[in-house]
Amino acid sequence: MRGAPAEGRALSRWRGRLAVVALAVLALPFLTAGPATAAGPCLPDAATGCVEGSVRSSAGQPLPGVAMAVAGASGSASTTTAADGTWSLPVTADGKYTVTLDITSLPPGQALSAESTNPHTTQVRLASSTNVLFTLVSGAPAGPVSTASASPVSSDGGDVASESGSGSGFNGGRVAQQAASGLVFGLLLALASIGLSLIYGTTGLSNFAHGEQVTLGAILAYVFCQLVGLPLLVAAVVAVALSAASGWLQDAWLWHPLRRRRVGTTQQMIVTIGLSMALQYGFQFFFGGDKLRIVTTAPDVVTMGPVTLTRMTIVSVVIAIVTLAAVSYFLLATRVGRATRAVSDSPALAAASGISVERIVRIVWTLGAGLAGLGGVLMGLYLNATSWNMGGAMLLLMFSAVTLGGLGAAFGALAGSLVIGLVVEMSSLVIPNDMRYAGALLILILVLLFRPQGILGRAERIG
Amino acid sequence: MSAEQTGHDFRTTAARDLQYVHRKPGAVKPDAILVADDVTRHFGGIAAVDVAHLEVQRNAITALIGPNGAGKTTLFNLMTGFDRPSSGRWTFEGAPLAGVSAARVARSGMVRTFQLTKALNRMTVIENMRLGATHQPGENLFAALVPSLWRPREKEITAQAEELLARFKLETKRDDFAGSLSGGQRKLLEMARALMSRPTMIMLDEPMAGVNPALTQSLLGHIQALRDEGTTVLFVEHDMHMVRHISDWVVVMAEGRIVAEGPPESVMKDPAVIDAYLGAHHDTDLGDDSLLEDDVPPRTREGQS
Amino acid sequence: MDWTRILTNVAGEIIAPTTAAYALAAIGLNIHFGLTGLLNMGQAGFMLLGAYGFAIATIAGWPIWAAALVAIAAAAVFALVLGIPTLKLRGDYLAIVTIAAAEIVRLIGRSTALTSLTGASSGLRGDSYKATFQALSPLPDGTTDIGPFSYSNNFSNSWWIRIVAWAVVALACLFVFLLIRSPWGRVLKGIREDEDAVRSLGKSVYAYKMQSLVLGGVIGALAGIIYVLPRAVQPDSMGRPMTFFVWTILLLGGAATVFGPVLGSIVFWAGLMLIKSVMRDGIPDTVMSTGQIEQLGWVIVGVTLMLLVIFRPQGVLGDKKELAINVR
Repeated sequence: MRGAPAEGRALSRWRGRLAVVALAVLALPFLTAGPATAAGPCLPDAATGCVEGSVRSSAGQPLPGVAMAVAGASGSASTTTAADGTWSLPVTADGKYTVTLDITSLPPGQALSAESTNPHTTQVRLASSTNVLFTLVSGAPAGPVSTASASPVSSDGGDVASESGSGSGFNGGRVAQQAASGLVFGLLLALASIGLSLIYGTTGLSNFAHGEQVTLGAILAYVFCQLVGLPLLVAAVVAVALSAASGWLQDAWLWHPLRRRRVGTTQQMIVTIGLSMALQYGFQFFFGGDKLRIVTTAPDVVTMGPVTLTRMTIVSVVIAIVTLAAVSYFLLATRVGRATRAVSDSPALAAASGISVERIVRIVWTLGAGLAGLGGVLMGLYLNATSWNMGGAMLLLMFSAVTLGGLGAAFGALAGSLVIGLVVEMSSLVIPNDMRYAGALLILILVLLFRPQGILGRAERIG
Repeated sequence: MSAEQTGHDFRTTAARDLQYVHRKPGAVKPDAILVADDVTRHFGGIAAVDVAHLEVQRNAITALIGPNGAGKTTLFNLMTGFDRPSSGRWTFEGAPLAGVSAARVARSGMVRTFQLTKALNRMTVIENMRLGATHQPGENLFAALVPSLWRPREKEITAQAEELLARFKLETKRDDFAGSLSGGQRKLLEMARALMSRPTMIMLDEPMAGVNPALTQSLLGHIQALRDEGTTVLFVEHDMHMVRHISDWVVVMAEGRIVAEGPPESVMKDPAVIDAYLGAHHDTDLGDDSLLEDDVPPRTREGQS
Repeated sequence: MDWTRILTNVAGEIIAPTTAAYALAAIGLNIHFGLTGLLNMGQAGFMLLGAYGFAIATIAGWPIWAAALVAIAAAAVFALVLGIPTLKLRGDYLAIVTIAAAEIVRLIGRSTALTSLTGASSGLRGDSYKATFQALSPLPDGTTDIGPFSYSNNFSNSWWIRIVAWAVVALACLFVFLLIRSPWGRVLKGIREDEDAVRSLGKSVYAYKMQSLVLGGVIGALAGIIYVLPRAVQPDSMGRPMTFFVWTILLLGGAATVFGPVLGSIVFWAGLMLIKSVMRDGIPDTVMSTGQIEQLGWVIVGVTLMLLVIFRPQGVLGDKKELAINVR
């Protein structure tokens, strides 16, 4: 390790980096033409006209998360309905516009009524709002239903794509399907959570921005697959590599200097909260509020007994298992891996035995971010959608998984993730779908009550 | 109790009362303020503390000594409620205290200080002292909102605090932050603060640790003054010289058990004690000879490493 | 760039009821974190419970003082339920539990299973619960213009709510002022620094922390009521981001001070309005849409929080010596 430079130079170097990053963040929007998606309500004025509406179910309930698109004289734009079922999109030129409601984004049990025309054509003028109404009736939707989104993730904000249907009974088929979904979800969650656990173990930092590492992977995959046009596999590899690089950069430019400055872990935790906010809204800034699809082709479906999964899911599961096995091998059998576990156990003792703690921490950040990115890519493919808050919505699930398994114990994160995945998916058999997360969160609280060190953690870490 | 007995010479009383006590571990005392039975504390498979019986004489200075790892501080923590025992019962002034929380133990009259001084650095010296007082109605959430309910008591507390600070020669530091005091001054502050509640018994965990030699004499004097006012003192120490000079009774622990009890002179000659120290290869400073009143027996000096 | 309009908007934010609500929420958090060192990451949960309690009780026909009591009781129970298991655990465990608990409150509130009670994800409509509050107003109905500001006297986003909101903030500040200088506050200060030292002096640390948690939570519930009175109760707008804004406000103004939360809220909302207005006027629509300007505003908030915590954790008014950042 190179020697530490004089305090003043280190500080100014760091300030320099921070300034570069800040400038880059602020300058980028001016360099890129932002996509024409609006996340807030449209306000008509001299240069803007609005197309808007409110989507309500056949029972009169507002439906969030329904995808709407507008195309016409000033280009095209899309959005999803907000928590109260409303949507609005701006246009910048008078003229005829077609408004399309994406029926695949309707919850099961809702369909357009026979009288509705979809797409609907209407005249839009600047400085005024045009309302478009789609009437829904209950019934099976016409058109393909993506079975990969059989258990979509209920996210923060208003983008809930699942209806409330409460547990429709314990028939064996449904149990098997939910259990399979649970295991799949658990495996993907494990990829994301291992990094969180290792970072906590080696540095004592609870990283509230880890959800954004997951989102980053998925969004990068979207960018390289959909926007740049690379084949999925290449896009995925690039996404994971860049995610890992982001972890390396974070430690090199932010966390390492903070640790050197002896900034406490509580302060660092609050820094991660600020980072999480900045990243989430940063994603929304660049990619808008609606769901992004990494691949737009309809998925192949494979049925094994009562369980139906897409081919993509099965491949993802295989990749996840192989990766987790590789990580386990790394932690158990390689020298660096063992050193990592030593640092996770007791940094002071590890340092005293000659292990370079800072090097291990750098490796942990890189590996953890890379794994989270991979988890994000696979999760984005599994759910057939990603968005700016996909990872943020999962953050608490990751904390539940890691706490259940034992903060700092990497294998605990794996065990905990599988349990949480199963709980989340199988609880929808008994409690309303939109409260599934509550089950996992309740487990988190109960674990902290009765066994705060989790399944595999050690008691001394707690109080 | 101490205030009314100003005429009473506790040093003589203590020496007299302890004269006929058996010099063996677990000896029964004529007037025990603290009695402990079968106290154990296990960590994993190791017994950090395994005390069959211990009695601490009232109004005397008892020293608890032993090599590192003997379990002295653990025993302290157990007695004062800062740790949970694996088993055991003990009473203080006749009232059972096992399983009682640390705060309640302190309220019942048994107050302790810490090896690593816990002076509240970000508070001023006088605020530290005021915190040590008891029966301040303003410490209740609702009463706190009505200053007239607690101002009078606050005045009393401040007066008591200033008196104690003067006694410990800290009165000039009254409005300074405790963090700005020297290590020795912070020790004195912690001791003074502990006295604000007029405790019956004060337990000092290594009061000499980290204190510069110039201050030790004055510290010893303060500890003796405590006893002379009628407060029972139990302290943990490594420094045998200090122990020799001021304690009325010495309890020696090794590997979690009590291996010897008695007045300082007899304990230092006890073969069990010597084995405990030398067997553990403990670098015990048996004291600067010139300061000791009697000669140290040659056998001990040869064994010194 | 229309500076008159921008500055009017900024000045409007300074007196806005939302600013007062956030100031009150930050005062509650100040009691938790600034005075006691508790890492409560679920203040939005207290606010949402207060809002639901008040609104649901009012919709059920209860008088305003009873509805407010319901809100306060809900917050107190929530604090007890959270505190009993976690106050004995280490700091970041309380953080995780409070975040999870607040999220559970939101999930249950927005669940369609409770639609009849809470209105599910669309929440409770404003006009269903504002009547009792509006009835309390001594002001005549109508609109009043003061300078560039024109608001309804009593209805929804009104002068009346502004008066009440800031009066409550002032009372809360007085409350905190009295507590900080009292022996109760002194015990908390000791707890913040070293719990064992305080225990050794005979004070029950657990009881004090619980009192602090309940007190700060109740103030949070009142903040929730004030937050929803000018608008509607929408659970999705009272989630984690709200908690993080309250934290930013508290740290910006200065934790452990009396006026820190108030100053923080004013600087936060006025500053954000200024930045967003300047961007809206200055940046053409083709480069950035209005939505994106909104988001950039939040990005700036996130970055500000990071810089604040790293370079000036005591905020504007705080004293570095007092800060309980190294929370146990």
